[in-house]
Amino acid sequence: MPAQDLRLTTQEMAQFVADGYLRFDALVPASINERVIEELQSLHAAKMRQLVESIGLNPDDYAKAPGGEITGPQSLTPLSQCYPEPSVIGEMLRLPQVQGIIESLVGPDPLYDHDFVHYIAPETTKGQHLHVDAVMDDQHPSFDIQLFYYPNDVAPGAGGTRFVPGTHLRRTRAEGVARYQHLLGEQQYSGSAGTIVIFHQGLWHCGQPNPSSQERWMYKIRLNPRVPQVRLWNMDDFATMHNDARDHTFAHMRNDSVAQQLRTMQRWQQGHEARYEQMQRARLWRYLSGDEHFDVDYYHTRMAIRTSANQEDAG
Amino acid sequence: MKRQQILYLWLSEGALDTAVIGWAFFDGAKGAGPTLPEVEPPYPTGLAALEDGWFMQQSPSPYELHPGAEHGASYLPNEFIFERTVELPD
Repeated sequence: MPAQDLRLTTQEMAQFVADGYLRFDALVPASINERVIEELQSLHAAKMRQLVESIGLNPDDYAKAPGGEITGPQSLTPLSQCYPEPSVIGEMLRLPQVQGIIESLVGPDPLYDHDFVHYIAPETTKGQHLHVDAVMDDQHPSFDIQLFYYPNDVAPGAGGTRFVPGTHLRRTRAEGVARYQHLLGEQQYSGSAGTIVIFHQGLWHCGQPNPSSQERWMYKIRLNPRVPQVRLWNMDDFATMHNDARDHTFAHMRNDSVAQQLRTMQRWQQGHEARYEQMQRARLWRYLSGDEHFDVDYYHTRMAIRTSANQEDAG
Repeated sequence: MKRQQILYLWLSEGALDTAVIGWAFFDGAKGAGPTLPEVEPPYPTGLAALEDGWFMQQSPSPYELHPGAEHGASYLPNEFIFERTVELPD
């Protein structure tokens, strides 16, 4: 019997392209969730001391817990070499289901970019503004993923990450989206221990206050692909879902296709502006599927036909 | 003395009577004045905010798109800013 393919399906990949995130509830078993906190505490203390030191302050005045040297990986390390046994973080990252998700999106053995432990103490009143991590990226549709792992239960309103589905393809600077206090359809994470949420690197998000009496731990790791992100997932449902450029709302439309998933907008994506979102999603699916003629509602196609006609005419 | 309340509304289109999709509220009166309706969004349209006593301070201008940027998506384009003043005892 062949080994089970744990990579994502075409349907899940299209959902990621449309929404900018995927969520896997209680994926990590309790045996890991219960043991990982100690390792996260140590990593958090060491990283906080390094950050405080980097801005010229004395870490002993700011870091609440003692922290040693950072023993985690350096940037550019292949994921397979990060957190070797007996690391519990490594145990989580090496789960076959987690490997399947990672490989589908950024390919086999991607590079470690960085990680961080986001701890929100009980009764924390301050939150963050919406932001995009790092800096605005260039025009190429390739992307990094950020894996968020919540080892404890997070109750509604108890410090879960807030994020705005569908924002990942808007080209904005990291701090420029702080002005949006609320958008229709925004979500604040809550869920069971062991849940993993995967973000496209461009998704708008922020930390939130934690008025509860429970500590909120979250481990985040950013991964860079080392291969083109083309058809890396389980292709079993690809032929049935992947549509051609004739799938067009104003002509003949399928309701079981990738295009139909990419047409599905968030509550904040109303009006004509949503058409540009569709175009950006179609562009990303062209890259992922390797089909340069793919389209959603014909926006790219009619321009390509005119360009082609005029090139032929000029020739 | 007067204090300012500021309301940002992001609308679905460039017209003031289209749907609110996002909002932000800054209260210079520190809660001494009226607050926003406790529904989400606080107003269904920009026009509804005017009808509740807000004065518009700024509306977005149409802008020319640079060649190559015609189909991009970036910051939310339809940003309207409103003001309401609150009279406080001296």
